[in-house]
Amino acid sequence: MAVCIAVIAKENYPLYIRSVPVQNELKFHYTVHTSLDVVEEKISAVGKAMADQRELYLGLLYPTEDYKVYPSHMIIVYYTPVCIFFLLIENILLYRHTRYGYVTNSKVKFVIVVDSSNTSLRDNEIRSMFRKLHNSFTDVMCNPFYNPGDTIQSKAFDSMVSAMMVQAS
Amino acid sequence: MEAHEEKPIIYTMENKPIVTCAGDQSLFTSLYTSLAQQLPRESMEWRRSYGRAPKMIHLEANFVQFKEELLPKDGNRALLTFPFLHIYWTDCCDTEMYKASVKDDMLRWQSTLRLHGSVDWLIVVVESEAKKKNKTNILPRTSIVDKIRNDFCNKQSDRCVVLSDPLKESSRSQDSWSAFLTKLRTLLLMSFTKNLGRFEDDMRTLREKRTEPGWSFCDYFMVQEELAFVFEMLQQFEDALVQYDELDALFTQYVLNFGAGDGANWLGSFCAPVKRWSGLLLRRPIDMEKRELIQRGEASLLDLRSYLFSRQCTLLIFLQRPWEVTQRALELLHNCVQELRLLEVYVVQGALDCWVFLSCLEVLHRIEGCCDRAQLEANCSHTVGLWTYATEKLKSLGYLCGLVAEKVPTSEDLNRTVDLLAGLGEERPETVNSLQSPYKKLNEALSSVEAFEKHYLELSHAAMEMYRAIGRMRSARLIGKSLAEFYMKKGDPERAEGFLDDSLRSYVAEGWRLQVTHTRKQMAECQKLLQQTEDYLQTSALLAGDANLTEEERKHFCQEILTFASQPPAPSDQTVALSMAAFAQLRQMQFSPPGAVVHVGAALQLELRVRCLMPVAMQVEQLAATLHFSLEQGGARGRAGSAQRRAGHGPQGQGDGVVMFPQGSPLAGAGMGASLPPALELYEMQDRSPSDSSLTSTGVVCKNMHLLLRRHDSSASLDTPTAGALPAAVAVDDGAQMLRARDITLQPGDNSILFTAPTGEPGSYTLRQLCGSVGRVQFVQSHIYPVVQYEVYSQEPQLTIEPLSDNLLAGIPQKVTFTIATGHYSVKKGDALQLSNTDSMPILHSSCCSATVLSSTGERMGESALSIQSSEKVTSISLPPTPPYHTLEFQLEVLCHIPPTPFKPDIERLTNGEVRHRPKSHSHVDSGMINIDQKVSIDCPWSIYSTLIALTFYVPFKAKHSILSAGKRKYIQVCLQNVSDTNFHLADPVLTERQPTVSMELLSLNVKTQQPVCSQQSVFCLWEMRWAKPLPLCLQCAFSASFAPVSASDTHTAFKPYRYEFQLDRVSTLYSLKAEISPPSGDQHCRTGALCGLEVSITRQAEPSETEGEEEESTEIEGLRTTKLMYEVVDNSSNWAVCGKSSGVVSMPVAASATHRVQMEVMPLFAGHLPFPNIKVFKYLPHNAVPAIQPDTDSCLENDTISLLDKGLDDQGDTASIRSRGSVHSVGSGEQQRGLPMPRLEPFSPGQVFYWSQGRQVLVLPVTDDHVMEVNVT
Repeated sequence: MAVCIAVIAKENYPLYIRSVPVQNELKFHYTVHTSLDVVEEKISAVGKAMADQRELYLGLLYPTEDYKVYPSHMIIVYYTPVCIFFLLIENILLYRHTRYGYVTNSKVKFVIVVDSSNTSLRDNEIRSMFRKLHNSFTDVMCNPFYNPGDTIQSKAFDSMVSAMMVQAS
Repeated sequence: MEAHEEKPIIYTMENKPIVTCAGDQSLFTSLYTSLAQQLPRESMEWRRSYGRAPKMIHLEANFVQFKEELLPKDGNRALLTFPFLHIYWTDCCDTEMYKASVKDDMLRWQSTLRLHGSVDWLIVVVESEAKKKNKTNILPRTSIVDKIRNDFCNKQSDRCVVLSDPLKESSRSQDSWSAFLTKLRTLLLMSFTKNLGRFEDDMRTLREKRTEPGWSFCDYFMVQEELAFVFEMLQQFEDALVQYDELDALFTQYVLNFGAGDGANWLGSFCAPVKRWSGLLLRRPIDMEKRELIQRGEASLLDLRSYLFSRQCTLLIFLQRPWEVTQRALELLHNCVQELRLLEVYVVQGALDCWVFLSCLEVLHRIEGCCDRAQLEANCSHTVGLWTYATEKLKSLGYLCGLVAEKVPTSEDLNRTVDLLAGLGEERPETVNSLQSPYKKLNEALSSVEAFEKHYLELSHAAMEMYRAIGRMRSARLIGKSLAEFYMKKGDPERAEGFLDDSLRSYVAEGWRLQVTHTRKQMAECQKLLQQTEDYLQTSALLAGDANLTEEERKHFCQEILTFASQPPAPSDQTVALSMAAFAQLRQMQFSPPGAVVHVGAALQLELRVRCLMPVAMQVEQLAATLHFSLEQGGARGRAGSAQRRAGHGPQGQGDGVVMFPQGSPLAGAGMGASLPPALELYEMQDRSPSDSSLTSTGVVCKNMHLLLRRHDSSASLDTPTAGALPAAVAVDDGAQMLRARDITLQPGDNSILFTAPTGEPGSYTLRQLCGSVGRVQFVQSHIYPVVQYEVYSQEPQLTIEPLSDNLLAGIPQKVTFTIATGHYSVKKGDALQLSNTDSMPILHSSCCSATVLSSTGERMGESALSIQSSEKVTSISLPPTPPYHTLEFQLEVLCHIPPTPFKPDIERLTNGEVRHRPKSHSHVDSGMINIDQKVSIDCPWSIYSTLIALTFYVPFKAKHSILSAGKRKYIQVCLQNVSDTNFHLADPVLTERQPTVSMELLSLNVKTQQPVCSQQSVFCLWEMRWAKPLPLCLQCAFSASFAPVSASDTHTAFKPYRYEFQLDRVSTLYSLKAEISPPSGDQHCRTGALCGLEVSITRQAEPSETEGEEEESTEIEGLRTTKLMYEVVDNSSNWAVCGKSSGVVSMPVAASATHRVQMEVMPLFAGHLPFPNIKVFKYLPHNAVPAIQPDTDSCLENDTISLLDKGLDDQGDTASIRSRGSVHSVGSGEQQRGLPMPRLEPFSPGQVFYWSQGRQVLVLPVTDDHVMEVNVT
């Protein structure tokens, strides 16, 4: 299923990012980070309509054919020829009791990178993955010991993500 | 399919459906022009099968001469050459002629058509007036048409139409034209529907056979493309595109199925190794070469995809959707690469890159060809993907062919390049003349290192510009970073630096750790090459502390720093200052003592906890914190309090001297600071008025406003020490005051360093910079936030004296505590306190007095004996040696003598020459106790001035005296009230005369010599006065007694004297007053309502003494000395009604036993034992200055004086009360008397008048009862 799942804070730093296989982590980080360009573009394009729209799913986002260079012997190896990015804008209102009593609207973003050779994946499945991710994220947020803005270190969230990721063979 | 080869012309986009023309060719030729013009003029609705939406369609046709070859043979499915309609033209109007030739010709035509199963035909009969005129023997014109209809259109009469005078401009001609055209269009459409429907059915049948072994995708492709061509021909591009998309999807599905293990035989041809990678060709509407390859089943996957896409591209451009082309192109390219992998097709390494590169450029060229510049710029977002893709591919080709290096490519690289170029084949004829063709570009780029660089930079910059233009900064930076990698490979770090810096900044700002590490590593490499030592070291420091790197890498970077640090310093620059943030994080600071407020010279330690981020233990030669010293003078005590509060209120301060440093989230380290504003630190602020500490204002204060409101600029701050020099703030401040720790080893992880803070001068010290030196390298933290500061105060020595109990009582010895806060003064041996002795408060010292020394924290340091020497004037207490800022405590007993009452003002000189302040005494408001402020003057060794300390003592007793008389006998009563809270024993009350006279004797009537006086209780003592000679006018007495607290252990020694002095004036009895109430005559008892006689007799008791005589106002009238007295009968309890005058003035002769009697009438108002009315006597002192007032006659005297009296009594002039009380007789004269000098009344001193009848009562009977109560008993 997914090869990389990222939760990105409103300020665009990663709250959670995990990818398989691990050795390509850096590449995924670069890709996810760059994809934020498109995310921002989409959000601003959708603009105010987003506010009352319940649909948070932005659909296929950023197809790319990527490769990895091994500097030692200069062989180009095609890794994930087409990565498909799906994105969901997290838009839940977080009511937290803070000392100052304000309400933040968390524009948390989810990015799922899917190996495009996995052709059996349908749009619906991606949506359900997002729904799961969203639910789990909400659970994390409801944890009174979790400080919004911190990286997510929840075991439950982690295992949920693991379940959604393909285990690299 | 020979037809195609024969007539390649049909493959232009000018194709039109074919309509054949038979019959009279010259006739058709004459009509052709107008027919071709008028046919497309109106649109027709095309209703279509399978529920597809009807379309309005403009029909055109290609009219060709009928030939039998044109008719499709069986199995030929070529639709483009298919004649959709056959028309037979004739202008025959002659029956003979018709029968002779035309009919036969028509029959032939029909049979040919029937033979080929074509039913779409039309016979056009053209009529013209000209022909009619020429031939006179014409049949009615209908007859020919009827004949034709009869002969050919046996149920389809509409297959024959008449066109009348087509070349003339008449309405008839017009009508016939339009009827004809309508018919023509309808028939054409019918033919389309029928033939296309049949074709589609065939096609679908063919598609259903795709699972059969012999099925070939290429064959099917040709068939469906035929349909697409027809739609294109009919200008139904949308439908045409659908055909290609279906083909595309079908092929994709096959490839995917192949990947899933479900292979089809025909796919084998597509799995052949790719030999040509010449890229897309979009300039021709139809790429015949590729199409032929497909037709022959020889096409490779790339060929098929290229052809398919070129067709889709053509159609999309017809549909004016160029941006969909770019999007589909990107998808296609990605997909092709993916499919080749999936099918495991062998591709020469780099071939695909060539193909993708060429294809990208080709698509971009094609798009540029059909859009203007403005459109292109507005749609960058659609093309930029292709630009980037091309750039990436060129880059990878460059790496592959050894073009990205400082050296020239090797022969191996060159071979590879040649192979790749060979696969491109010849340049297409279309682009041979174009200078910028993709083919030429690729060729050139691969030809040399320089050319490659030129093209690569061109592409990269173009892509970056576009990304910037559409605001995709991250993507732009990623390209920049890849450019930087390129430059680094080329050995050009100067140019790489800028790009790396830009990327690094953005990653740091957004907190992406891995990217930061990766880019920083590249940056380090770059900086090393550039020999930017300082920056390199800074980056190395950051990398050495980066947890994302491996241990080896971190150690490597750490070693870089250490190597530099150990090098002998270059003469030019001495040290290199680096940011502390990379090296270590401050965790917390802890003061000991926790208050962080100490006195001058005290030991203050500061424990700093530092997390060292280096992977190995670091030898730090010196770790120093510079201090900012500010001289803040003020009451040291008060300051201490405020400083304490400040320390406790620090952002993380817990009041125990611990300052926690906020840790950025571990996630991004320094980066988070930039992306997330620091949290608001709000504090409540209360402003209290200094006088009464009432709240004047309150508010909320933001403590870190300077952080929140600062400009968020991109310039390098310490948080992002990525580039350039560190800000000037890092300049090491050579402040004089420093916290220093030398030669420390910082282990990786948490370390604790102990500093000893300088406390030399009073003031406040703020930690400013932290600087650790490792050889030539200094790690500097330019700000320490939150603010860490401590206070050093200097305190003057202070002496206080406080009682042990709440109140000090005068008269008894009590202990007071002397407390000496030494402050900055050190008590040396031989220092002594000199207390000036005062008589009223002696210091009672015992030899066994000891002093306790306490440290500033209240710790008991020691105890030593005090030696106290007392001389007449001075008590000297020699103090034990005490270090500064300690407290010395000892207790002494003092006694304050109770001053005799009333106090006499006496100013004495104190021993030291100062004017002794008289102890003030005033009544204590709360308890009614009299207090005495006793000031003690003390000479302290630390000051040349004497210290005055006031002690307040309270007098425990309050004494009152009164004189009691019985006739001539006198008694003195003293009431002693204990107003303190202590219970006392009172002993030996004695009353003495102060100037003892022999004549008088005070006889004590007190029984007990000792009795307790409880708190708030009183004791009364009584003495009888006996005297022989006349008493003096003034009698000075002194009451004295001993008292001791009940709790005192040794009652005898503890007894202290109490003395009360008072003076008695005019003690002896002058007059005795006797009243007698006599019942009315003839009655035994007084009765209510009956007037009784009241006789008051005033008797002079004693001869006035000399002194007394002076005071007494006496007048000599005819040699007889008299004094005037005024009497007044007042009955306050309303028992009596005084009838007649109630008061009067009498003259009393000054002689013993002189008696004056006054008769009055009173009436009892109630029955019973009534007390006598009160009778008062005053001295009457007529005003000397007004002799006229002197009473001259007895008769008028009474009346007048009463009115005067009334005035006199109410001296305050309360006229209202005068009037009311006012006796009846005074109303008239009141006015005239006003303003006149008045006689005075003066009361007698107590004891001067003895009232005999005090307390007497008289029985009053009720008046005789006249009322009869009748009682009837039945």
